[in-house]
Amino acid sequence: MAPHTHILLNRLVGFLGSALLLSSFAMLSMRRMSSLVRIFALQGLLLTLGTLSVAIVAGEPHLLFSALFTFIFKVLVLPIILFRLLERLRIRGEVEVLLNVPTTMVVGLFVVVFSFALASPISELASTVSRGLIGVGLAALLLSFLMMITRKKAITQVLGFLGMENALFFSAINATYGMPMVVELGVAFDVLVGTFVFGIFFFQIRETFESFDLKHMDNTQTE
Amino acid sequence: MALVFLILSPLAGALVLAFFGHKKVAPVLNILFSLLTFALSILLAGEVYRSGPRLALDEQIFADGLSSLFLVITGGVAATTSFFSFRYMAIESAHGHLSPERSRLYLALYQVFVLTMIVVLASNNLGLLWVSLEGATLATVLLVGWSRTPSAIKASWKYFILCGVGIAQALFGTILLYFASEKTLGPGGTALLWTHLAMVKSQLEPTVVGLAFVFFVVGYGTKVGLVPLHNWLPDAHAEGPTPISAVLSGLLLNVALYAILRVKVLADGALHSAMPSRLLIGFGLVSILLASISMWKRQDIKRLFAYSSIEHMGISTLAFGIGGPLATFAGLLHMTAHSLVKSAIFFVVGHIVQTSGSQKILSIREVAARTPGLSRALLAGGFAITGLPPFALFASEFLIVSEAAKRAPYTVPFLLLALFVTFGTVLFRILEMNGGGPPLETPVPPTPPLTFFPVWIHLGIALVLGLFFPTLLTSLYQNALLSLGAVHGG
Repeated sequence: MAPHTHILLNRLVGFLGSALLLSSFAMLSMRRMSSLVRIFALQGLLLTLGTLSVAIVAGEPHLLFSALFTFIFKVLVLPIILFRLLERLRIRGEVEVLLNVPTTMVVGLFVVVFSFALASPISELASTVSRGLIGVGLAALLLSFLMMITRKKAITQVLGFLGMENALFFSAINATYGMPMVVELGVAFDVLVGTFVFGIFFFQIRETFESFDLKHMDNTQTE
Repeated sequence: MALVFLILSPLAGALVLAFFGHKKVAPVLNILFSLLTFALSILLAGEVYRSGPRLALDEQIFADGLSSLFLVITGGVAATTSFFSFRYMAIESAHGHLSPERSRLYLALYQVFVLTMIVVLASNNLGLLWVSLEGATLATVLLVGWSRTPSAIKASWKYFILCGVGIAQALFGTILLYFASEKTLGPGGTALLWTHLAMVKSQLEPTVVGLAFVFFVVGYGTKVGLVPLHNWLPDAHAEGPTPISAVLSGLLLNVALYAILRVKVLADGALHSAMPSRLLIGFGLVSILLASISMWKRQDIKRLFAYSSIEHMGISTLAFGIGGPLATFAGLLHMTAHSLVKSAIFFVVGHIVQTSGSQKILSIREVAARTPGLSRALLAGGFAITGLPPFALFASEFLIVSEAAKRAPYTVPFLLLALFVTFGTVLFRILEMNGGGPPLETPVPPTPPLTFFPVWIHLGIALVLGLFFPTLLTSLYQNALLSLGAVHGG
């Protein structure tokens, strides 16, 4: 490969990483449920492109499979399941927040700084082309975690959960060119089963509480 | 060969019950498959004992002293629980709480749950270990919400989210570990195999492995129920059907702690510092203290014993943190005895709750007058779980306290305080349930025959382990200590 294409692809990897971080922030700021799922699909697409370019730059053919797999799974299958759920359960409303969006954003900024500080010793040891992005993976992980704790509806928590899985996948790609294939497949299988279980849950929650707001659940006396 | 069949047995069970679980004969099939799994686990332990660690399926699965010990415990408790579950579900369906379809789902998920635990214990690949431990959560989450009451749904949602978030941290730990090992073992399949990692553990990059270990402890520790990550545990144990509470408490917590132990061996080898041990001592001590204090005001009998599980897992974690052959042995013995006794207690509690129709301690008085057998079993279980001699928990707790006095003296006052508080609380509650309360209005139907045999088997083994320790078992435990590297650790 000509050296200038190489540099260009390297830049592209960096660009896709920053776009992924941006998409995590976008998930934090979205107010409509359906746009949240769209951002999730977009994040899957960024993940696919990122994996693809790392595969080409580093010359790791097995990552091409991961990329294809990510595309099918995270851009097509999961968003379709989520959209169908939204439709069948007639969830249209807005995301309800415990902490308002601007405050969450500011907290998110600190989270990013913290993650880069935590990841810098690992980045120094790494030998991958995209080692600078390990911090991005950790930041995206913690931002999804932040989303899970500051949102009130069950379905937003699920999206936070799936975002966490995206971030973990991204970290694995950047630190070690992905995990062994058998592990990656196993993790994907768990996530798929998990999504189905979440789906079953939504129906049970609606039947029982007639709402997806977790505050109805919190008011349930357990002792 | 036993190793492969041990995994195939619950897999076959899950498939068969997924198709025929609604038939009348299905609960019997569940028992048969569980017994088969148990027999295979004993066979495997024999093979490991005679000819050393076994590897199979391209080194992806293996069994050594430590895993075969836990495989036998898992197989055994899963088998007796299948007997208990047979009675329990028969009564539930007599009350009209159970349709054939739901019974099918229950039985199939029970086998899937056993399968995932066995794969965790037999997995040589730390990535697959993660996958199946997450699988265990997924299999039980619907079982916890079984009764579909608001509080049950809340409990299982909490279980799902908290364990999901927790276990995501463990996946990050796995990635970091792979990152560290790939430098020595090269990229590809072998870099996550425990047997390979254990050989090169001293060459692993210490900073990364240290960070990975913290993520592992937080991640798998959520499933062990270590304080402050324990929030899901009392709800899940209290709201799930009692056979599930028994296996969650007696088996799943063990399996998660087993995962931490495997990683600790690697972290100890790579770090040459006391950080992993200190971390476990810290988590253990906080869990013991908070759990014993929380037991004080519990009004729900299943919740009371759920907190007791947190306490006992804390004691085992503390023992592994103290380290050395004696404390490690005591930790393993404690986990064994806790599995047996706690599941026995949940069997008894399950019947009590079914006969009295309530889980609140205040409304289940006069157990002794109604069902003398249950009251005797509850009292014996109470003695065993609070660590009174001659049960095995006394032996292990005694060893742990004396080792703690030698190696980490600052933990002893807290440990003793917690042990006294739990002792008082549990026995007070049990006595409160056995006597007192308003006199009976309606006579209770006699308990069906063979209700108690799983209970007495479990308590009997706990008694034998506490009174005299057969030589065969001593060498089994020694093999387990060998896998943990505790024999040479001083």
